[in-house]
Amino acid sequence: MEHDIQTFSLVKKFGDVPAVDNLNINVRKNTIYGLVGPDGAGKTTTMRMLCSLLKPDSGTGKIGGHDIVKDSEEIKKHIGYMPQKFSLYGDLTVIENLEFYSEIYQVPKRESKEKIQFLLEFSNLKNHSYKLADQLSGGMKQKLALSCNLIHTPKYLFLDEPTIGVDPVARRELWKILFDLREQGVTIFVSTPYMDEAERCDEIGLMYSGSIIKNDRPDNIIRDFGKHILCVVSDDSYAAREAALGIASAEDVYLLGEELHVISDNIEIIRRELEQLLKSMNADYTINEITPTLEDVFVNIVKSRTEMTYGKRN
Amino acid sequence: MENAIEIRNFTKLFGEFVAVNNVSFDVKKGEVFGFLGPNGSGKTTVIRMILGLLNPTSGSGHILGCDIAQDREKLRSRIGYMSQKFSLYEELTVEENLDFYGGIYCIPNNKLKEKKKEILIMADLKGREKMIVSNLSGGWKQRLALGCSIIHDPEILLLDEPTGGVDPIARRQFWDIIYNLSKQGVTILVTTHYMDEAEHCNSIGFLYYGNILSLDTPNNMKEKIIDGQIVEIKSDKTLKAIELLKKKDYVKDASVYGAGIHAMVEKNTELDDLVLYLNGNDAVVHSIRKVKPTLEDVFVFLVESEKRKNGVIK
Repeated sequence: MEHDIQTFSLVKKFGDVPAVDNLNINVRKNTIYGLVGPDGAGKTTTMRMLCSLLKPDSGTGKIGGHDIVKDSEEIKKHIGYMPQKFSLYGDLTVIENLEFYSEIYQVPKRESKEKIQFLLEFSNLKNHSYKLADQLSGGMKQKLALSCNLIHTPKYLFLDEPTIGVDPVARRELWKILFDLREQGVTIFVSTPYMDEAERCDEIGLMYSGSIIKNDRPDNIIRDFGKHILCVVSDDSYAAREAALGIASAEDVYLLGEELHVISDNIEIIRRELEQLLKSMNADYTINEITPTLEDVFVNIVKSRTEMTYGKRN
Repeated sequence: MENAIEIRNFTKLFGEFVAVNNVSFDVKKGEVFGFLGPNGSGKTTVIRMILGLLNPTSGSGHILGCDIAQDREKLRSRIGYMSQKFSLYEELTVEENLDFYGGIYCIPNNKLKEKKKEILIMADLKGREKMIVSNLSGGWKQRLALGCSIIHDPEILLLDEPTGGVDPIARRQFWDIIYNLSKQGVTILVTTHYMDEAEHCNSIGFLYYGNILSLDTPNNMKEKIIDGQIVEIKSDKTLKAIELLKKKDYVKDASVYGAGIHAMVEKNTELDDLVLYLNGNDAVVHSIRKVKPTLEDVFVFLVESEKRKNGVIK
């Protein structure tokens, strides 16, 4: 299978702290790869190295056959990189921002004009093209920033947490654009702290402390979780939580609105014990097993890693 | 149960622009109430009026039985507020930030000492007292900001988009704290446009361009608002399938959701018809099932039907 973006034992330290630690990633051509992980896992550092903006201490990577250390100038021609805070010029209009980036990337004049029209249409910004960037809503700003990164028709697109502060309707629009780009043959590398977004990727890498601890398709990761989640709805969810916390086989217990979720390896035992406790409290309740979400799996994996390293909290 | 917050006909004009239009709602004591809405829907304006930082153009409100306009000074010590951009002093340490807020609220030294200890444990910041805030990651900062906003033991806590950009583990830790406060009787009002955050609330007001479109519990919203059935479809050609679906009259909406498609169809639609139609048009269906709407479905449905009403889209 052809890989478009690859890293080979990539390492980057800041002082003594390894931000990226012996990282190996393979991204297939024409797919969307999601890098997910807690704050400080090394996602942004990885992305900056892949985009040749930061030199690795050791190891290397390849993008479309070009070496990220040796061929950095060549790589910059073929990639689009949207950092968390992408600089739009607030006092320029939408069109002027696109023209500005078009010149930076040295897109030939005639081509540029056509491309700008195409992008305005593509990202649904046509009716706003003469607005100042500062007057755009959060979602529109993100779409403009993305468009600025598409002006030179990159084959590889890197997006660092692109939907922070963007509402669900705008997020769906942005993702629709990413899917369209994938159909046009672009390989997309995106980082996100939102698990519902990670589920939209073809493959995800779960990054923790500088390395990938799990790499697979989102549905496979959920399928392989191997633990069960019970959802308890009762008239006193706080009392139910207290009760559940006392059960030894309950691995994790947390409230979600009116629902109490209990994670365990053994569903039969935990269900019996929970029922006994709730009955003894004379509570009105329902217990159902629910399908884990990617977020459940993610939190569970990271928590158990943290406990392995630092011991159990509380 | 008694109401901690009662808002009646809040309206706020900025020039001719109606930021908030005739908004009324109640929040019960000890409840977690969420204001859900897209960017620019007026959520922050409502919060600022409740805080007394902004005078409503018309309408009135009572908090803990006191009039918002007249008893502003009395209320100040009973309300805690955490703003979107955590107002922390980045170049001060964790402890100095807590001291500073303790000073602002004139908390006597011996009490402050105790309170600080309690907050450091609650926020999982023990051992980090001497760290400079700018060196903390998102989740730590967020919990410190929360700690600063409750240093004076407020009875009401207002949180303006509290978890933007924070990873799932930190979000879960944050909500554990919020539920504990709610259990102790603190009334909590949160604004958000993240669905997982809204799921955490006991009841939700959906705000759109200054108007409350719906006011209910998350579960009722999912059951009552959407006039149709949500169908989850997985196909090898997601985008093509969406286009095909949108051509059918009985399909009211279709968009990418997670790794598949969420289509909203008329209630009596036969799933077999959909499968035949998609398969026959070269978008092969791998799986199809009826699902309960998620809050995101509700959110998008409300926004789109409002846009339709106003003629923005057809």
